[in-house]
Amino acid sequence: MSDLAWIDGALAAARPKAVAALLRYFRDLDTAEEAFQEACLRALRKWPEQGPPRDPAAWLILVGRNSGVDAARRAKRLTPIEDEAALSDLGDAEAEAAERLDGERYRDDILRLMFVCCHPDLPATQQIALALRIVSGLTVQQIARAFLVGDRAMEQRITRAKARVAQAGVPFETPGAVERAERLGVVMKMVYLVFNEGYSASGAEARQREILCGEAIRLARLLLRLFPVEPEVMGLLALLLLQHARSAARLDADGQVVLLEDQDRGLWNGKAITEGLALIDKAMRHRRPGPYQIQAAIAALHARAATPEATDWAQIALLYRRLEEIEPSPVITLNRAVAVLKVDGVEAALALVEPLRERLGGYFYLHGLRGALLERLGRREEAREAFQRAIALAGSAAEVAHIRRHLDRLAQAEEA
Amino acid sequence: MLYAILCYDSEDAVSSWPKEKDDEVMARLGAILDRVEAEGRLGPVARLLPTTAATTVRKGGEQLVLDGPFAETKEQLLGFYVVDVESLDEAIALARELGQAVGSGGAHEVRPIGHFRAPRSAG
Repeated sequence: MSDLAWIDGALAAARPKAVAALLRYFRDLDTAEEAFQEACLRALRKWPEQGPPRDPAAWLILVGRNSGVDAARRAKRLTPIEDEAALSDLGDAEAEAAERLDGERYRDDILRLMFVCCHPDLPATQQIALALRIVSGLTVQQIARAFLVGDRAMEQRITRAKARVAQAGVPFETPGAVERAERLGVVMKMVYLVFNEGYSASGAEARQREILCGEAIRLARLLLRLFPVEPEVMGLLALLLLQHARSAARLDADGQVVLLEDQDRGLWNGKAITEGLALIDKAMRHRRPGPYQIQAAIAALHARAATPEATDWAQIALLYRRLEEIEPSPVITLNRAVAVLKVDGVEAALALVEPLRERLGGYFYLHGLRGALLERLGRREEAREAFQRAIALAGSAAEVAHIRRHLDRLAQAEEA
Repeated sequence: MLYAILCYDSEDAVSSWPKEKDDEVMARLGAILDRVEAEGRLGPVARLLPTTAATTVRKGGEQLVLDGPFAETKEQLLGFYVVDVESLDEAIALARELGQAVGSGGAHEVRPIGHFRAPRSAG
């Protein structure tokens, strides 16, 4: 086992904490990043000979801070560059720094680091790219590959995002309780978007984008480490784990989406499901439900069902109802209609879907579901129209193929 | 003598291993455990899920239920092995071997077991 492999792991793990503390110190994203890079280079030189420090993050913060100061001084030609030897004895200083940088402070630092990436002026894709670069430490190439764009384009996107953030300034004051909760909400949403970028992919690009799901889970874990008693953060991590647990089963060999009820449940990741279920159970004990917890609870009911038939649709319909109350949205109502179909039948489901036609007129799933409901009611002409509209809106070959099968069946029924 | 070998490490670091590295480490540990098992000296082995999934139930009075692991430290209890060995030296040697196979920081705590009960289904 090489030292370098261990060091790489330790540097990656310490990154959010260290960059976050350096950002507080330098109040500038670029300087903080440079200082961290510098500290990493020194770690690669020092740690193999001195052995790993007890608190890698504290070591990196201290060294990064000194090196950053060096760089600034160098630029201003004020004082000569400090000797490397001055940094060699970090034993006491490290312990002292670790003590000073207590948990509470780290928490606000890391939250701030994630929060500046979510600046409202930035479009979602830039927020995500920035967070992956700055917080997760992915390389520009890795991010470019995940977003299916060229390295140069991604480099520019990140540079632009950074400039926008720098212009806006970083909020340095320690947040109050309300502000902290607001920041947490914004950051959770960003983490969820990172996940969705990876999760919504299909086809040849799906494997390439899967890295985003893993990173989102890492970020959600980091958030939960910072806010260990926040039920919505537990819900978010549970939701991501439970959805990601199905990843091996949800795409076929050609990368086409396999519907939940057709998935080989043996391919689901048992370990991720166990962790997700434990987390949602923990969250529910707090009796402070929120959208992430409810979505996770729905995912948990699917995960607990050994077969599609064993799914507790009645409970799922109730949970969607609850979600609708908290966050009214036609898409949620549409999802509820699917559960209602299983519990109360076709007519009840159609009654929920019909009023959504105007607001979700451009939505593939609305027309797909509506077509299937009408088909079951024997209203073939209307069903065909709905399916045709769905095909026009389909976003992937798998969706087209799925609707084609419906249309073929309709045609056969008419011939018979 | 029964010993528990408790594995402590930085959860942050271990959980940031890429899958290939994790698989590699588990394979190396597996090879050691296969040998110990063939010698008839291996008891239960567990790798624990992250501490974020942990709940702590305090003993005494109110029996408070708290989110998170018992102790917030730089290194966390990530798993354990139960082994049947002749001496402490042997347990330490085994802990060293396991530590080398993992190759990260952290520590193995070697603790003699006073009372041990295995479920009837096991073994």
